[in-house]
Amino acid sequence: MKEMLNREPFALAAFSLVILLMPIWLTPFGANYPDLLQKFAIFAIFAMGFNILFGLTGYLSFGHAAFLGVGSYAAVWSFKLFTMNVIPAIFFGVAFAGIFALAIGYVSLRRSGIYFSILTLAFAQMSYNLAYSVLTPITNGETGLQLTLQDPRIIDNAFTTPGAGLPETNLFGIDMSGYPGFYFCAVVLIICFFITRRIFNSPFGLTLRGIKSNQNRMGYTGLNTRPYTLTAFVISGMFAGLAGSLLAVTDPLAGAERMQWTASGEVVLMTILGGVGTLIGPMLGAWLIKYLENIFSSFNEITLEHFFSFLPEGLQSFAVELASLFVGEGWHLTLGVLFMLIVIFLPGGLMEGWRRLLRRFSGGGGGKSEPAAAVQPAE
Amino acid sequence: MVANSVLHVADVHKSFGGLKALSDVDLNVEEGTTHAIIGPNGAGKSTLLNVCVGRIRPDSGHVVFNGEVLDNHTPFEINQLGVSRVFQTPEIFSDLTLLDNVMIPAFASRDGAFSLRPFSKLRHEATIREEAEKTLADVGLEVMKDREAGSLSRGDKRRLELAMCLIQHPKLLLLDEPTAGMSRHDTNRTVDLLKTIKERGMTKVIIEHDMHVVFSLADKISVLAQGRIIASGTPDEIKGNPKVQEAYLGGAH
Ligand SMILES: Nc1ncnc2c1ncn2[C@@H]1O[C@H](COP(=O)(O)OP(=O)(O)O)[C@@H](O)[C@H]1O
Ligand SMILES: [Mg+2]
Repeated sequence: MKEMLNREPFALAAFSLVILLMPIWLTPFGANYPDLLQKFAIFAIFAMGFNILFGLTGYLSFGHAAFLGVGSYAAVWSFKLFTMNVIPAIFFGVAFAGIFALAIGYVSLRRSGIYFSILTLAFAQMSYNLAYSVLTPITNGETGLQLTLQDPRIIDNAFTTPGAGLPETNLFGIDMSGYPGFYFCAVVLIICFFITRRIFNSPFGLTLRGIKSNQNRMGYTGLNTRPYTLTAFVISGMFAGLAGSLLAVTDPLAGAERMQWTASGEVVLMTILGGVGTLIGPMLGAWLIKYLENIFSSFNEITLEHFFSFLPEGLQSFAVELASLFVGEGWHLTLGVLFMLIVIFLPGGLMEGWRRLLRRFSGGGGGKSEPAAAVQPAE
Repeated sequence: MVANSVLHVADVHKSFGGLKALSDVDLNVEEGTTHAIIGPNGAGKSTLLNVCVGRIRPDSGHVVFNGEVLDNHTPFEINQLGVSRVFQTPEIFSDLTLLDNVMIPAFASRDGAFSLRPFSKLRHEATIREEAEKTLADVGLEVMKDREAGSLSRGDKRRLELAMCLIQHPKLLLLDEPTAGMSRHDTNRTVDLLKTIKERGMTKVIIEHDMHVVFSLADKISVLAQGRIIASGTPDEIKGNPKVQEAYLGGAH
């Protein structure tokens, strides 16, 4: 029986290799510097977790950035109050996001389809607005939550005398900036991949897919769908909180803009671009978006003028004018165009493109790798 | 109420707006029997099953299953008590494989309405997988077990849904036109399968238009017309009943 072969160690080894060697194989793409690599790992976690909810159960949340934000705030508070060690920070990030997700999920999951999406969006916008208003003592409002020299940091200060400047986040003494920061995020990503893969291949994951496929049937099959969807919601909220706390680990500040609806929308795009319901698609989508964002948002008029310098004067300024709509601040326009193209021509995202390629080259035999649920819009 | 009754529908009324879909319906299904419900289209047959599985609440009256009154039970609770149903329009998991379709109900029966073990492995569920394969073989779908359920023909979808119910070993199986849309050959196969199940002692309620199927399976027949049970009895009694001839059999034959 083919199912009896345990592929887990191979999948894990291959995945770990790809992730840990990112600084090398991303060099030709000019993407091998720590800041970007950290983002790749962090947003991969965010998208992977989001996919456990959206990809498996079909419930499309438009408010997941709220959990990202909660994770960041909790982590920064842990740095301020207790210690610069990152382990407690990510613990609190995940825990608070989980509690928050439990509350929001409990209410939102009373509805399905578009009503569920609207509810999650409303809750996230509420959190965003609260962060700017009544919650300023916790969030520090528009300035954002930052480390200060007056922070109590009771655990650290009990053992060492604080230095002159602001301390760095660390993992038992190893600074979490630069490459060490990336490798830390990379290891967390590998653990998340392992967890996600287990969920995908468990009876629990199968049940979640059943909910996406035909929720009505589930009831007459003896399954209570609410606790299943709520568990998926909380797990994906915890992944988001983890991603948020890692953002704080690599750069210890937290602002409310992290919870804005555009951030919630971005993770939806990542998941769809990569391939809804597939194991690694959402991660690929996250990489693609963060990579393109990095390129396109760094362009400005001067680089464009340089780029189009081969054109005659009048044409050049026209080309620059047109192109500048799509770069810098306008990079979201590029993202929108890309998104439309993918949804129209590759509705299954990058993973569908990959499967089509495999089919073409294996002469119709079709290599089937990871479980890839058929792509379907949310119920 | 009869002593060995598995399902007892007592004085159930249900209206949709002005339409009386069920009026004063009484029904007793005895253990181990196959009880057929026949009647013209729109008579309220599916509505009666909907009341039994908790999809619809009756306006008045009760449904009693194995001594338990099902007034406030949700569909999943009723299924956990031992009632499985094949719907008139197949309700399956279209974008899962046939094997997955049958394994989900098997897990539901074994682990209950909710079981949180997100890290246990499907790969290790050999017993359930074997049982699922066997059940698919029973309905003649084993060669297609890795196909996506949505790609099946209408008749095959029904057989899949039957397998999804059978794997739960329900105490009561409700079948809403299980052979509609099937070829003669497939209909006969399904009848044979239902006969084997009967030998195992499973209680069944079957809604069916095909009189050949009804008379070869049923121990008892109830005739529903315009929301009322107009006759109930053994197949011979029903055949000879002039009221039934007039309301249904005459027209259908
Ligand atoms: N959910 C519903 N809402 C409104 N009317 C319904 C509903 N379900 C059934 N009906 C009506 O009740 C009557 C009985 O329907 P049904 O039980 O499906 O008949 P059948 O005996 O053909 O299965 C029909 O007139 C149908 O239109
Ligand atoms: Mg009907």
